Amino acid sequence: MRIRKLPRECLAAPYRVEAGGDLPYGVGIGCEGIAFMEVFGDHRFEGRGLGCQRGGRLVFDRLDFTLASGGVLILKGPNGSGKSSLLRTMATLVRPARGDLLWDGVSVTDDPQSHAGMLHYVGHADAAKPAMTAEELLTFWSGMRGANGISVAAALERFGIGHRADFPARYLSSGQKRRLALARLLVSEAPLWILDEPTVGLDVDGVAALEEAIAGHRARGGMIVAATHIRFETGDRVAELELSGFAPSAGDLAEAYGALGAELRADAFRDAS
Amino acid sequence: MKCFFVLVRRDLSLALRQGSDAAMALMFFVIVVTLFPLAVGPEPGVLERISSGIVWVAALLAAMLSLDRMFQTDYDDGSLELMLLTPVPLEVLVLAKCLAHWLTTGLPMLLIAPLLGVFMNMQTEAFPVLLASMALGTPVLSLLGGVGAALVLGARRAGTLVALLVLPLTIPLLIFGVSAVEAAVTGQSAKAQLLILGAMLMACLPLAPWATAAALRQAAG
Repeated sequence: MRIRKLPRECLAAPYRVEAGGDLPYGVGIGCEGIAFMEVFGDHRFEGRGLGCQRGGRLVFDRLDFTLASGGVLILKGPNGSGKSSLLRTMATLVRPARGDLLWDGVSVTDDPQSHAGMLHYVGHADAAKPAMTAEELLTFWSGMRGANGISVAAALERFGIGHRADFPARYLSSGQKRRLALARLLVSEAPLWILDEPTVGLDVDGVAALEEAIAGHRARGGMIVAATHIRFETGDRVAELELSGFAPSAGDLAEAYGALGAELRADAFRDAS
Repeated sequence: MKCFFVLVRRDLSLALRQGSDAAMALMFFVIVVTLFPLAVGPEPGVLERISSGIVWVAALLAAMLSLDRMFQTDYDDGSLELMLLTPVPLEVLVLAKCLAHWLTTGLPMLLIAPLLGVFMNMQTEAFPVLLASMALGTPVLSLLGGVGAALVLGARRAGTLVALLVLPLTIPLLIFGVSAVEAAVTGQSAKAQLLILGAMLMACLPLAPWATAAALRQAAG
C-alpha cells in the first residue's frame, strides 16, 4: 500500500484507540476458570497491533484485544471513531493495514475463508431481498452456511416474526427486517458473533429477544463483539473498548505511515508540528 | 457443492419473480436484430450475408445490458458481504452467480437465435452451428461479464462502464463465433472455430471466477 500524498484531514483528526484501565492501547478479557458447555470448544480471538486505514486516513492504530470463549467486547466511541471499521476488520471484510488477527493463536488474515466459517457478521444492511419471504431468506442462508443451529421456523419465532414467515421482505418493517437479520445468527452456529449496532430499529421486545439470544450464545461458550448500547450485566467477561479521537504528533504519524510503507511529504511534517 | 446449487436456485427464483431484467435483455436482442432489415433494406441476399454478424453483435450488446445487475443488488443490500463471509470459496459462489446469469440471459438468447436467423434469411444448414457457437460463446459472456460487473461495483453509471470494459474482451468471441457460422454457410467445416470457442470457455471457467472474486473482495473492503 502506497500513499503518495498525505491527506490534510488525517492531520486534523486521526484516531487512536485508547482502552480503559491500565493497559495503554489494548484490553484483555480473561475468563479462565469459568466452565462452559462444550458447544464451541475453547477458543481465543486476538488482535495484535491492528491498524486500519480508510480513504487514506488512519482510522485506528496499535489496537490490541483478546476475546476468549464466553467473552463480550463492546466497542464504544463517537460517530466516525472507527467502530464499524474495526468490526469489519475483525470479520476479515477489510484487511488490516498492519497488525494481525489471531484465532487460537493462528493468523487469519492469510486464510479469511476458514475464519469466515467461525463468525457471524450482522452489519448495517439487513440483506433482505424484497422479493423473497422471510422464511426463504433464512433457509437460503442456512443452506449457505450449514443448517446446524435451530430450525428456521424456531428462529423466526424466537425473534417474534414467526407470523410473518411467508411475507415477502418487501412488506416487512425496518424493525422486522432487523429481526430477520438477527434470526440468521440462530439457524447456523458460529462461535463468534460480530454485531454492528444490532439494536437499530428494534423495539423493546426485539432488544429483549436479542439479549436472550446473546445470553444463550455466551452460555454455550460463544463470543460476541458488538458496537451497541445494550447493557450487559457487568462481570469479568465483559470488556469495553473506547475508540476516541486524538491528534497525533508528527513523529507518531511518521512512524505509523512508515510502517504502512507510505511516503510522507516534507510539508506534512511541517503542518503537523 | 450444496451452496453452489442453493445460490443458483435463489438467483433463478429471484430472476423469475422480478422477471423484467432477464426479459429486457431478451427483448433488446430481438429488437436490435429486427432493426437491421429495416435499416439496410429487405434484400434477402444482403440480409443473409450479414445475418451471423448481426445475431452475434446483438447478443453481445444484449448481454451487456444485463451485466450491471449481476452483483449490484447483492452489493447494495449487504448480501454480498455475507457471501464473502461464508466458509465456501468465493470463486465457487461467483461461478454459481455466472451460471444463474447464463440460465436467465444466455440460454433464452440461444433458444431464440434460430428464429432471428429466419428473420435474417440465414440458411437453415447454418442453424446447428449458430446454436453450437452461441452455446459455447454465451457462457463466456457471462463469465467475462462477471469480472466487469464486479469491477464496476459502486461506480457511477456502472451499466455503461461495464460495457466499455467487457466489450473489447469479447472481440475474439465475436470473430470466431461469426466465422463458425460463415464456414457452415459456405459449406466448410466449422470444427476449428468451435474448438477455439470451446477453448475460450475452458480458459474462462477457472480464470474469470478467480478474477471476479478478487474484484468482489476489493469492493467489499
